[in-house]
Amino acid sequence: MGRIQDKIAVVTGGASGIGEGTVRLFVSEGAKVVIADVQDARGQKLAEELGTNAAYVHADVSQEAEVQGAIEAALSKWGRLDCMFNNAGFGGVSGPIESTDMDAFDQTMAVLFRGVVLGMKLAAPVMKAQGSGSIISTSSVAGVGIGYGPHIYSAAKAAIIHLTKSVANELGESGVRANAICPGGIATPIFGKGMGLTPEQADYTIDLMKARLAEGQPIKRSGLPSDIAEAALWLASDASSFVSGHALVVDGALTTGRLWSERQAAAESRVGQFKIPGNQ
Amino acid sequence: MTNLEGKVAVITGGASGIGEGTVRLFAEQGARVVIADIQDERGQQLAEDLGPTTAYQHTNVSQEEDVRAAVQLAVQKWGRLDCIFNNAGFGGVSGPIELTDMNAYDDTMAVLLRGVFLGIKHAAAVMKAQGSGSIVSTASVAGLQAGFGPHAYSAAKAAVIHLTRSVSVELGEFGVRANSVCPGFIATNIFTTPFGLTGAAADAALGNVSAAFEDWAPMKRAGKPRDIAQAVAWLASDDSSYVTGQHIAVDGGLTAGRDIGELRERLGRAYGVDPALLGAQPPAQQ
Repeated sequence: MGRIQDKIAVVTGGASGIGEGTVRLFVSEGAKVVIADVQDARGQKLAEELGTNAAYVHADVSQEAEVQGAIEAALSKWGRLDCMFNNAGFGGVSGPIESTDMDAFDQTMAVLFRGVVLGMKLAAPVMKAQGSGSIISTSSVAGVGIGYGPHIYSAAKAAIIHLTKSVANELGESGVRANAICPGGIATPIFGKGMGLTPEQADYTIDLMKARLAEGQPIKRSGLPSDIAEAALWLASDASSFVSGHALVVDGALTTGRLWSERQAAAESRVGQFKIPGNQ
Repeated sequence: MTNLEGKVAVITGGASGIGEGTVRLFAEQGARVVIADIQDERGQQLAEDLGPTTAYQHTNVSQEEDVRAAVQLAVQKWGRLDCIFNNAGFGGVSGPIELTDMNAYDDTMAVLLRGVFLGIKHAAAVMKAQGSGSIVSTASVAGLQAGFGPHAYSAAKAAVIHLTRSVSVELGEFGVRANSVCPGFIATNIFTTPFGLTGAAADAALGNVSAAFEDWAPMKRAGKPRDIAQAVAWLASDDSSYVTGQHIAVDGGLTAGRDIGELRERLGRAYGVDPALLGAQPPAQQ
């Protein structure tokens, strides 16, 4: 008996990275999952590998009809929707504020924020009618602190946290929960793709990112998709049935501040600087 | 008293409400101001009233060319830009999440977030070159807590707060500051226009709006545009020259927390005890 046995979920961005990790965990814990993504070949291959408890649907989350299509697929195949995981994302437009191209701004917001609004909007009527459901959205530590991502990525992720609270407030009375997850440095292809690599090339950067991300936070290892998947699993399960409107940070303590060891080293170097001649 | 003598500002949504209050205060304190709005008649009238230290410019903040033109006008007329106040806004799409029309959603985000983004983008280039400047944006208490506005409005305002932080980190080393203000319930036409009121009828209803807000915040009065204008004037002035990346709630204590009396009454009812007795004084010794 899995921890989310027989629950029906839609996972956007489910073909790679955090989404793929979540799809795999959800299925292994008894759920039936619609993998919604724009990476058709990867998504189909994943669905084939996982068997009859997974199905792939092409869904560009910025398009209302496509998000609707993913939810309809869950309903027509399995009759209900217990969890909507709004996870599809990318780094989006970056660089100095003054040179931000506004078309790129619009595309970034369309995926990162409009996509989440659509996931919530279209899951809500189904879940309200059921009287239950868990909406989970991937935010980021970039939505909590500054310096973890580009301007628009950061602002969009903060908007997701706040939209989650606003919608949790509305839907709580209908038995529907809404929460966000704020991943820290997770070794996924998002970084490679941001550098212009193809999805296949970006896969090769995952191991590089694991090594690079291992040193960034107090817990000395890179975050993994499975870390986020476990948080999503808990939020999707009935074990979290009184948790709603929350932004769950899963970052190995990254956002708590500078590394203790670095601060110690800095303090020791200051001892030397502050030494007053004749007062050793 | 803050002093904006010699400063040049662009204020979007400057023709009414918080924007108008800020234009008036800035002009009083010696600033020169471009009033950028889509309410042409009101904006032109205000510029005429205040004289040659102000100018009106038609500006739909969701349009890059319009925002660029408002910034350019300030630079052409007065040679610099010390403050941009990204203030234009409206309530936007409201109602249950499941009924949200996505065109209305797009229109809402275009003004509330894209508009602020454009103001920051175009001011940044000018201010970096100057080596100084203060960017102020109107967020809201709705960007701090849920339940003070519609979903899209709330999320957009939270994004404004966070975008402000993100940009302040980039622009700090160039001497450019970025902050936001979070108004509480301020008696302006943002609360009358959703009910179809316009022009003089809307202005006439502002007294009712004030009365409606009287009890909401610990300070027991509605906020006034001038309350926000004073905060913006401080952020625009050199008195706040080490303040950046911050948001200032100007809300009469609204977001500080709930009134304990409310909880006491609920508990009193639940316990079947007169709420007036609960916590009012220590129980009498038996």
